[in-house]
Order: sequence, then structure tokens, then C-alpha cells
Amino acid sequence: MIGQDFFGWTGKVLRVDLGTGAQDVLRLPEAVYRDYLGGKGLGGYLLRDFATLSPDDPALPLILAVGPLNATIAPTSGRCHLTTRSPLTGAVADSSAGGRLGTELARAGWDAVVIVGRAERPTGLEIDNDTVRLVDASALQGCDTHEVFARLRLRRPKGSIAATGPAADTGCLFASLIVDTHHAAGRCGLGRVAGLKNLKYLAVHGTGRRKVADLPTLKVAREDILRLTAASPALMGQHGFSCFGTGSIFDLMDSRRMMPTDNFARTRFPGAENLNAHAYKQRYQPRRHGCQGCHVLCKKIAADGRSLPEFETMSHFTALIGNTDLELVMQAGDLCGRLGLDTISAGSTLACYREISGEELSGARVLELLTGMGTGTGPGAELANGSAKYAAAQGRPELSMSVKGLELPAYDPRGAYGMALAYATSTRGGCHLRAYPISHEILRKPVATDRFSFSGKARIVKIAEDANACVDSLIACKFLFFAASLEEYARAFSAVTGVAATAHDLLLVGERVDYQERLMNARNGFAARHDDLPPRFFAEEGTSGPNLPIPPVPREDFLACRAAYYRIRGLTPDGLPTRETAERLGLPWPASLGGA
Amino acid sequence: MITLLAKYAAKLTATGLCAPGDVLLAALDDELGWSQVVESSDPRRGLMEEIFAGMSISALLLARPAGVYQAVMAELARQALADGSRSITPGDCETRTFLHDLPVVDSLHAVVIIQALRQRKGCVILHEGEAFVAAFGSVSPEQAYVTFSSMCFASFVAYFADHLRTLRAGAMTDQRRAAFARSTALLQDDRSDRPDLLPGPFEDEDAAREAMIQAGRSTVEYGLVDSYFGNISYRLGDTILISQTGSSLDELGACIDPCRMDGSSCAGLTASSEYSAHKAVYEAELAQNGARAILHGHPRFSVILSLDCPRLDCPKLGECHRACDTARAVVDATCGMAVPIVPGEVGTGPFGLCNTLPQALTGTSGEKRGAIVYGHGLFTLGAVDFRDAFASLMDVEHFCRAEYFRRVGELGPR
Ligand code: SF4
Ligand SMILES: [Zn+2]
Repeated sequence: MIGQDFFGWTGKVLRVDLGTGAQDVLRLPEAVYRDYLGGKGLGGYLLRDFATLSPDDPALPLILAVGPLNATIAPTSGRCHLTTRSPLTGAVADSSAGGRLGTELARAGWDAVVIVGRAERPTGLEIDNDTVRLVDASALQGCDTHEVFARLRLRRPKGSIAATGPAADTGCLFASLIVDTHHAAGRCGLGRVAGLKNLKYLAVHGTGRRKVADLPTLKVAREDILRLTAASPALMGQHGFSCFGTGSIFDLMDSRRMMPTDNFARTRFPGAENLNAHAYKQRYQPRRHGCQGCHVLCKKIAADGRSLPEFETMSHFTALIGNTDLELVMQAGDLCGRLGLDTISAGSTLACYREISGEELSGARVLELLTGMGTGTGPGAELANGSAKYAAAQGRPELSMSVKGLELPAYDPRGAYGMALAYATSTRGGCHLRAYPISHEILRKPVATDRFSFSGKARIVKIAEDANACVDSLIACKFLFFAASLEEYARAFSAVTGVAATAHDLLLVGERVDYQERLMNARNGFAARHDDLPPRFFAEEGTSGPNLPIPPVPREDFLACRAAYYRIRGLTPDGLPTRETAERLGLPWPASLGGA
Repeated sequence: MITLLAKYAAKLTATGLCAPGDVLLAALDDELGWSQVVESSDPRRGLMEEIFAGMSISALLLARPAGVYQAVMAELARQALADGSRSITPGDCETRTFLHDLPVVDSLHAVVIIQALRQRKGCVILHEGEAFVAAFGSVSPEQAYVTFSSMCFASFVAYFADHLRTLRAGAMTDQRRAAFARSTALLQDDRSDRPDLLPGPFEDEDAAREAMIQAGRSTVEYGLVDSYFGNISYRLGDTILISQTGSSLDELGACIDPCRMDGSSCAGLTASSEYSAHKAVYEAELAQNGARAILHGHPRFSVILSLDCPRLDCPKLGECHRACDTARAVVDATCGMAVPIVPGEVGTGPFGLCNTLPQALTGTSGEKRGAIVYGHGLFTLGAVDFRDAFASLMDVEHFCRAEYFRRVGELGPR
């Protein structure tokens, strides 16, 4: 058990039952912290015994967890990790949320909050250090997130707030949770799970301090990390995230011919050069904003207060749906934020609808359909279950551009084969962040790899998944790893906690955290057939250019690479976990998986 | 993958860092591949297999540095083991930024090497008086190659800079002096011939790219940069053509990004981390001398001289690399050449060289225009092409080498 003399962790997990109002403090064995760190790892640990519960079962927990680095001077340690089971995909659902949620939770003295049960009426959960209250939020029912924030901020000007919008209440399966107005726990329908619990918002304020074992060493680690980020063109360069936000990738996706266009039918969008991050900067005069504890500050907020779109939103609300109007992207992004819709799933589902129906989407129509998705009524309501269910219902399942039912982000896999594999093997479905091969396939970090080759990618993806699982457990921001590595963060971790650990030790934690998710997915019926891309990518060419052919992804090479990945990861040829690997990683073998 | 392994092994021998056969590179995807045929009886094979088994990595290098690199690394390793620090901490910028320090171990045993590699990207192994290096990559054998090459460069710079510092401090021992003589005897002569570079000005992108590729290759061939660090750019109207981050100067090929100076595209996201500095130089030059080419290498003695400062009681000691505010320069009185030395870290941070270098560089005049960034490298300007930029790079380095030994000689008797 973690006691007073511990650093980095408080050893306290809050469990709140929204149905009964019961509050408990869970004290986990010390080994759990060593083996899972916090954040994503701890979230998975707290979820795994309930991982097969249906998302509408009140007993399914929605978990928010921080890690040992939160609320310390370790760079980008302000984020919070949310975990549950996805109503959209049935797989593990998790998301890293920016803003100040992680910092506040850590300062309030909690390593995690486990929310179970279902409240009778819309409810807010307010945490002020040790004081935890359930507050009637009926008055906020139906309000968009901006109204929720505006009203709550009158009463709670300090601290962090995570809120759901109408989409979560009305049943949208990809509803998000919006954090501190400008940030989102976007993917997998985490917001819907909150909605099913009648949790309207969560407000946290903490005034404590994280205890750090060795501050001078932590300062050195911090300096090392800052120096690396300063040397990173992608983060701090003139064209990088700090100046332009994540949208700075947009021009590269255009010039590399891997911008998903017309529901991934093409890979280049005419007119993209007028829709780049620079165009937004000119037009909306943004200011820099970011998560607590971050010096990169990749969020951009327009002079009129609206968030500038993230790269994925920029791309999916233009190229993917055939739109060339910047202001429509701003409006669509803003609307998704208010309604609480994941922009990637929303944009991709619109594109799927557009291709199947053959309807060209005007600006007004885009907003109308989004409103339908987010309110459950009117046109667009049938899209609220995501592209996979919509396309299947239309008899065209192959036109949902998703993996495991989660819509793909804005990197066309025909332009980056590591990305192709990583989309397939991601435990939460169509996600670019699990292994983030864009780092080496496009941004040349730590070194460039051949983006049109599967050679070496199986192991690269496996190692990167482990590393990022660890990053989400520590917690730090994955963007920083364009520049820094676990080598530097291991020093920060040891300095904070006093626990000696090398980069390699942390990587092992990441491997455990990843495998834990695969065990959960296997219990929910996931296997190799789900680790696959939509058939389009293997059959259709992208938009080739002079000296730059974009052929279909070679199916056989993909399958060979995936088979290699399974061997390296310690899975069966059908992509299922093995008892042997689970044992090696110290993970309990679930009875329901039988002998394997 | 095998092609990559063979390529990087060959590069190391070509640059003289290793003798042929003394470098072994292996990569693991699903199965292990090698840079060359290795007999199962070769002890390196078993050792490397054991290291792979004990780590989550995709590439591994085991090499025995050759010539002067062997001498300096072995000497530094001996010192690190003797003083108990078990690590070499060179003062150059590359190490500070990317490697931090170089751990030293005293045996060629897998367990010991793994322990070091779990903490850092590479380590020095002192085995029966000889230095070996192990380095790994998580993505590509290229990482191991870069780490090894950087470790050789860093050791070289650290050793020669240390020697001068020790002389200045009056702490030289006979033993050290003898080791220095042995190392120096292994130094190869500088090339005195000049490459035949394309004459400018270049008015279209293809011509400019060709000139950049050629100048980049020559910079590596003449040993004016380690591994692939360094960068190169050319201004074409309101576009700057610049080498990409992490590109090899000797293999620029497609690795040149066109960046519009008005910032209207972020396609330069992959451009060199020194893009900001290059851009600031061109902006200032537009109003002054109009230089259109910038070449940046890491010539060893220019870097070593930048570390040599007679102010042993300076209040900024320890912070020289980012906070030095003394006007320093390398001066060749015979030809009137003055090359300023400025502080600055890689990139754009508050101490970034983008804040110091442009002013220093644009403040120079005459035929040889260049500036040295403390512990890092030399940037030179070309009026319309790379001929003068390259000549300056070479001449400054040759002067610095001669000047280094002049200072050693001058301080020697103490
Ligand atoms: S880089 Fe961006 S997303 Fe990451 S912590 Fe900083 S502001 Fe947040
Ligand atoms: Zn340099």
C-alpha cells in the first residue's frame, strides 16, 4: 500500500457510484503502481474485471486516471487519461484529454476516479481535494457544452471541467467529453458512456502538491527534454506545432499525396494549398494556448474565441467531404465541440454518407447533418451510430472507412505502410496515435523510414505501441516524442517517484499495458479478422503524381507484416493473446479465454 | 533491411571510423539480419544475440573504432573508469542535446552492456585496453550508425579540448602528454585539394538542388562533418531550399525542402532544425551583402577551438554554450580573417542559436564569411554559390587545426 512517504502517487483512488451516491477510497497494492504506473495503465487495470460489461450496464466503470508525472515540472504532464469500454466499437475505449484536468486531479490528491452506476437525473460530480459531491445538473440537460461551461464557470471559476453535450444524452455512439472548453477526450464514444450514466459534467479543483523525490534531478531531466524539443522542427520550428498547431502537418499530407479525399477514394485534394494552417492563421488571428504544464502550446484559439481546428478536423471537413470553405470548417468544428461530437468520426461518417447517397454536401447541409447526429432528431440522426453501422444498414459495409468500427483519421494508409499496420493493430480501432508511425514515416524522427515499405515495420510498430502506452501512463503528451524519448522521461520518472527505472523498464510497463488491452478485446470477441483495413486500400490506387506513384497497399505484404507483428507481440496467428505471454508480463489469464 | 545494414557498415569504414570487418550491424524485425556474413563461431554474434534478447530494440551495432578515434576513446574510457564516473561527458552540443553522456563499461559481457544500453543510446566498452562501442536503434540501423558516429566525434572533440584545458590549468602530466603524442601521430593530414563545385548564381530549382547535393557530398567527403549532421541551404527568390532534418549531407537527393519565406506553407515542417537561423540570415543579407548560400558543418578543430577559452575564472563557466557574452573569435592575422564564436543551442529555444548566429554571420565581411557556434560547428556564407562557402569551411578548419597545435605548443612547457 502506498503511504505518506510516497512520491509521485498518492495511493488513493476515488470510486463513486452515481446510482447510490456511495463514495469509496480504494487503496491499491504498491505493485499495481509499479506495474501500471497510472493513466492508461491504471485505467486498464481498473477496467479489466468489468471489460465485458455492456456500455449501458451501470456497473461498467468510466475511469479517469493520472500518472506520477502529473502536476510536476515534467514537460507536458498536465493531461488526463480516460478509459472504459466503447459503445461505438465494443473494444477498449480510451482517450488522452488535454487542458488542466490531469493537473487538477493530481493536485486534488487522487490517482484515479472510477465512476460507476447510473444517476436518476443529470448529475455533476464535483471534486475539491477530499470533498466529493454529486450535484443535480438537470438544469443543464440539453445545453451545449459552451453553455455548460459558461454556467459552471460562474460558480467554479477555478479548476478543470469536463462536460458532455447533447450528443452524449441523445445516444450518439461517438459522443465526446469536452475538457476546459477547447480540449476533448474525443474518440471511442467516451462521452456516450458518461451520458448513459447521466453524468453531465465533472469538475475538479485541487490545491495540494505532488511530492517529488529528487527535484534537482527532475530539473535536469526537464532541461534535457526542453533542449530536445527546441531542436525539433515539428514542435518548435517556424512551421511546427507551436506556431501553427497540429494543422502544420496539412501541407505535408498534401505534398506527400496522402490526404484522404472523398471518403478515402483519392489521396489528393485540389485546392488544399488554400486550406492550410497558414490560411487559418491569416484569417482568424489565433493566439497560442495549450495544456497545463506544456511549453509547446499547440492549441490555437481564434480572435473570436473559437478553437482553430486540429489537423484531423481540418482535413476531414475539407478533403474528405469535398468542402473548400474554411469558415465551414470553423463552424463545423465549433458545432462538434458544442454538441460533443468526435470530429474524426463525425467527418468520416459524413463522408461515408456522401459517398453512399451520392449527395453533394453544401455547408448548410453539413451543419444540419451534424446537428442531427448530435441531437438525435432530424436529418443526420441515422448517422449518430457511426459510419460502420450506417454503411452496414445501407448494404455497403465496405464504405465505412474504419477499423474495428472506429473511423480512420487523416493519414491515408497507402502513403505510409507502418501507419497501415498500426491502424490494423491498434486496440481501440482506427487510431493513428497508438504507434504514431507518422513520426518516422513523415516527420523523419527519430530517423526517417521508407514509408512505402513494410520492412522492419512490425517490430517498429510493436515497440512504438509499448512506448506510447507508457507515455499515456506516466503521463506525458505523445507529441513530445517527436523529439524526446523514454530515455529522458525515465529520468524524470525516477526523479519524481524515487523508483529507479530505465527506459527499458518503462517500455516493459508499456508492453504490459498494451497486452492487458488485447486480453480485454479478446474476451469481447476481437481477433485477426478485426485487425484489418477497409478493402478499398488494397484494391484502389491513391492519387499518384509525377514520380510519386501511390499504389494500393500490397495485401500479401500487409498480411505477412501483420503475421510478423503477431509473433513479435506474442499473439497467436489469429491475433489472440497467449497464456505464456500473459504470464511473462504478469497479467492474470482470464477464465473466459479458456486453455489457449 | 540487409541493404540498409550493409550500407551503414560501409559508410563507417568509408569515413575511416572503423576498419573493414570491425563493424557489425544487425537488425531484428521478425528475424535477425546481419550487415555481413558472421560465422556462428564469431563471439560477436552470440554477444549481439544476447543483447537483442535482453532488450526491446530493432537494430544493434558493435564496432571497434579505428585510428585516432580508438586512441582517444580508449583514453577517455580509461579515465572514466579510473575516476569512478563511469561515463564520458563531452562538452559539445550534439552530445548535450542528443546523447547527454556516454556510459563506459569495462567488459564485453551482454549483461553489462545491456545495463548501459537500457539507459542510453550507446556505450563505450573498454576491453583489454581497447575501446569498443555498442549502440542501438528502435526504428532503424541508421540510429545506431548516427549514435556511433556522434560518439566518435564527441570523444575526439572532448579529448583534444580537454588536453588544451588541462594545459591552461597547468595540470598536465607526463603520462597524458605521452598519450597525446600517440593520438596526434594518428591524425591524418587535411586534404588540401579543392572540390570543383558548380558556379552560380542558380536561377532555377533544379540547378540549385544539384549544387546543394554536390556541396553536401563534398562536405562529408572532406571530413568537415560527422555522420550526417550539418545542413545546407540556398535562397532562390523568396524561397529557401534547405536540407531536411536528419538528412545525410552526402545523400541529399530528395531530402531538400523548399520553404517560402513568407511562411505561407508549412511544407518546411521537415526542414532542418536550423531553418529559423538560415532564414534570419537571408533576411538580413537581403538588405546587405545579399549572400545566397549557407553551408554548415561540424569541422572538428573549429569546434575544439570554440571550446578553448583563457578565462578560467569566468562567472559564466558551465553556461558558456548558451550564456557566453564575451566577444570571442578565431582570428588569422596573416590574412585578416576573423570568425566570431557565439553561444547558442540547436533550434529555436530561448537560448537557440537562431538568436545569436544570424547577427554574427551577417556582421562578417570580406571573402571568408563564417561564424562558429560554441561547441557545435561552423556556418559559412556563399555569395552566389557554394564555392566560397566551401572554401571558407575548409580554410577556417585548416587554420583552426594549425592554431590548435600552436596553442598547445605555446602552453606546452608549463
Ligand atoms: S503539445 Fe499540445 S496537446 Fe501536447 S500537451 Fe502541449 S498543448 Fe497539449
Ligand atoms: Zn550542426
